[in-house]
Amino acid sequence: MENLQLIIPELFISIMIMFLLIFGVFKKNSSQLVYNLTTVSLVAALALIINLDTQIQSLLFNNSYNIDSLARFMKILLILSGIFVMLSSSKYILISKISKIEYPILILCSILGMMVMISSNDLIVFYMGLELQSLALYVLASFNRDNLLSTESGLKYFVLSALSSGLLLYGCSLIYGFSETTNFNQIMVNTKEIEYGLTFGIVFILVGLAFKISAVPFHMWAPDVYQGSPTSVTVFFALLPKIAALTVFIRFLYIPFYELGDQWQMIIIFLSIASMVFGAVAAIGQKNLKRLIAYSSISHMGYALAGLSTGTTQGVQSSITYITIYLVMNLAFFSCLFMLKRNDEYYENIDDLSGLSKNHPLLSLSLLVVLFSLAGIPPLAGFFAKFYIFVAVINEKMYFLAIVGLLATVIAAFYYLRIIKIIYFDPEKEKFETKHNLGLKFTLVASTFFILAYFIYPSGIVDIISQININ
Amino acid sequence: MNFPILSSLILLPTIGALFIFFVRSSNSQYQSSKYVALFITSANFFLSLYLWIVFDKSIVDFQFVEEREWISGFVNYKVGVDGISILFILLTTFITPICVITVNATIKNRLKDFLIAILILETFMIGVFCSLDLVVFYLFFEAGLIPMFLIIGIWGGERRVYSAFKFFLYTLLGSVLMLVAIISIYWITGTTDVIKLYELGIDAKYQNLLWLAFFSSFAVKTPMWPVHTWLPDAHVEAPTAGSVLLAAILLKMAGYGFIRFSLGLFPDASLYFVPLVYTLSLIAIIYTSLVALMQEDMKKLIAYSSVAHMGFVTLGIFTMTQQGIEGSIFQMISHGLVSAALFLCVGVVYDRLHTRLINRYGGLVSIMPKYAIVFMVFTLGALGLPGTSGFIGEFLVLMGAFKKNILVATIASLGVILGAAYMLWLYKRIIFGKLINEDVKKMVDLKRFEIVALWLLVLPIIFFGFYPEPLINSIEVSVANMIDMNDLDKINKLALGE
Repeated sequence: MENLQLIIPELFISIMIMFLLIFGVFKKNSSQLVYNLTTVSLVAALALIINLDTQIQSLLFNNSYNIDSLARFMKILLILSGIFVMLSSSKYILISKISKIEYPILILCSILGMMVMISSNDLIVFYMGLELQSLALYVLASFNRDNLLSTESGLKYFVLSALSSGLLLYGCSLIYGFSETTNFNQIMVNTKEIEYGLTFGIVFILVGLAFKISAVPFHMWAPDVYQGSPTSVTVFFALLPKIAALTVFIRFLYIPFYELGDQWQMIIIFLSIASMVFGAVAAIGQKNLKRLIAYSSISHMGYALAGLSTGTTQGVQSSITYITIYLVMNLAFFSCLFMLKRNDEYYENIDDLSGLSKNHPLLSLSLLVVLFSLAGIPPLAGFFAKFYIFVAVINEKMYFLAIVGLLATVIAAFYYLRIIKIIYFDPEKEKFETKHNLGLKFTLVASTFFILAYFIYPSGIVDIISQININ
Repeated sequence: MNFPILSSLILLPTIGALFIFFVRSSNSQYQSSKYVALFITSANFFLSLYLWIVFDKSIVDFQFVEEREWISGFVNYKVGVDGISILFILLTTFITPICVITVNATIKNRLKDFLIAILILETFMIGVFCSLDLVVFYLFFEAGLIPMFLIIGIWGGERRVYSAFKFFLYTLLGSVLMLVAIISIYWITGTTDVIKLYELGIDAKYQNLLWLAFFSSFAVKTPMWPVHTWLPDAHVEAPTAGSVLLAAILLKMAGYGFIRFSLGLFPDASLYFVPLVYTLSLIAIIYTSLVALMQEDMKKLIAYSSVAHMGFVTLGIFTMTQQGIEGSIFQMISHGLVSAALFLCVGVVYDRLHTRLINRYGGLVSIMPKYAIVFMVFTLGALGLPGTSGFIGEFLVLMGAFKKNILVATIASLGVILGAAYMLWLYKRIIFGKLINEDVKKMVDLKRFEIVALWLLVLPIIFFGFYPEPLINSIEVSVANMIDMNDLDKINKLALGE
């Protein structure tokens, strides 16, 4: 029973999924209501997580489920992002005619899967969570089924993701074969000696995870899926799976395989450098904002991985800080994207932003702040995110990684500047609508304010994150 | 004294910017937002003037130091001034209101946004000059790129986009290595606090690489040959007020950085790299002076002359003598005033004729006599005529250089002659000669606000030319202390084999 008390948030979300499914089927035209109820249940789940007593024992169900400070923080982050995504995209879903009861329920399923992933302390539990979130995401990606791009992106994501899941599962089986257990802590105990099979297992698992956070060279799906999916799903893709996958990365690297650091460190450094550089270079030629943000997030994941590659607690904390600030920046960016609406049509090309600053000074100002922050220019939040990463990286004397990372920032600055140039320096176009729902406005204002005012009190988040216990 | 005077100096312009931002925009209120900006920047000037008066010039320590915890256990927000930085703050707060006075003529659209950008920029510039922590310094140093990028890009000339991008990416690329160096310093010494670093010193084996990393940033910003190419583009395309701020203050950040960080933190490395700096400075002085001679565009000519003048500054700093460093600082202040004035002068005729080509003008003396007088003063200031502030700076720098290396000093002196050549020739082609162009005949002489702005600059240029004592007084102790503290003299003597 004590175990059950600690997974109340997960249980609550599962029950809500079932309830909403039945409710939505029996009540006609209830899609909007189900959507709102989903948001409310996310808020309730958030309250439940915050309320959990952290003092009691954290390993549950035969040590297969871990409720530690890392899981707690990441779940809060996950559900908060979920709430903001729901708030900001409600209008979009109505207008793009994808407002069906399944939509919010699938989102809840996927969030549940991610929560399981975050807390997993066992290969089987981890895989279960992973598949739960992925299956829901396949459907979400192709949710706008009348749209060719959307169906294509769903299929593409499904095929590639299935392949990577296969690799991951194979890696799990190798690990199991060489360590005789699926439990993370037990793996650490049983793998004191390095064997080739084990190394292969680690590599396969890392490949699978790299696919999930779209690190180069396993990023092929990201641009197509980001562009093809409905924007409300793209924002979901850009935020939540990254949190879950990064947590699993931390768990894998820092619990079972911590002793094998020299086996995985080079791989992570390679993934990190490749992602930072490729993401920055490939984004330069893009015309579609969603596609561009896909490459930009590939690049950002490279920085988050750079923090992980240090193998130190400080590095992990810097990665968590990075992902937190990354979430806020992307949330702000997508909120701006949701505001580019004219006559019930959403615009997502860079050229559509031309001269935006003349007609919509406030919207342009927030885009300006977000883009400079994404580029990592002080004094905005994005600078601090990168700063912490480089502090951790340089502490480990990994100068090459730091310098490549900083040079990639300069390349990346170019395409962010290009958008700013189009917004501020180019001739104006037709006006966009200025009426938006409250949730969207709130999301944009809150996230922009966070980015802008972060420098006043940068210690706040760092202090919270520094209390997270990794091992 | 408990009143946080430096933080107020930093914050006041931002508060003004927020105020202007929240005043609802309509055409009639454009004027009022201008007065708000003027009021705020003037208040800031008087505040910094007060700071200068109460500043104790006989003490070597940093004064008005404020320290507050910022990133916990890592970086503290720390500001303070010594005799050197206080002059740059004064220069910043003096030039900014002059920019605000002249905006009406040059900025036709989105005046409000322009004023906000200038005020925010002023915050960052003051921040650079009084920060006493490397991370805080980096933050202000880089943050200044954002408003300047917008100033060039939104209100600039035809090739504004290209210039804005070049400016931004060049300086960002230069600064990247500095960030690596700052973080490395933290891990080597355990602090980024400049005062503590002065006391601790940095192990000589790290100094060379760190020095190069800082140099890459400052060399781009100074700008030194061969990374100076962004400057002419940025100057030519920027609106007048933008060029003024760029030439008068933004370039000085690098010179200030050389003194405060390169010399202060890495004395051994500075000595090691003296030949490099000498070479680059001499090339800058001679080569860019020759390039300036060839220019057809007034702004480009002044931009290249800025590179040459900054060559004197870097030369003076790395002579590592009392005279050389004092001369460099003096030269920076003087160049800040003179180049600001010259860009304003170009702005004056550009607003009337909308061209910057020198050969479109000629014979202005007969229709714009008032203009001819002030332009004369600035030309003479730029070429360093005795009696103007330009002379003192160049003279001290050359004195320092002669002490160290006669060949270097001789070559640098040639630069003075070249400087006289291009400036006087520019003056001759614009002011004298025959009135050929019909449009030129219709030009009107200086308007009231232009007279105010330009004479405000004439006064200090002549005053400090005849009586440099207040400035020298202010920096003397700090420079002497810098030389003492790092044993620059001793290092020098060792190097010379004495």
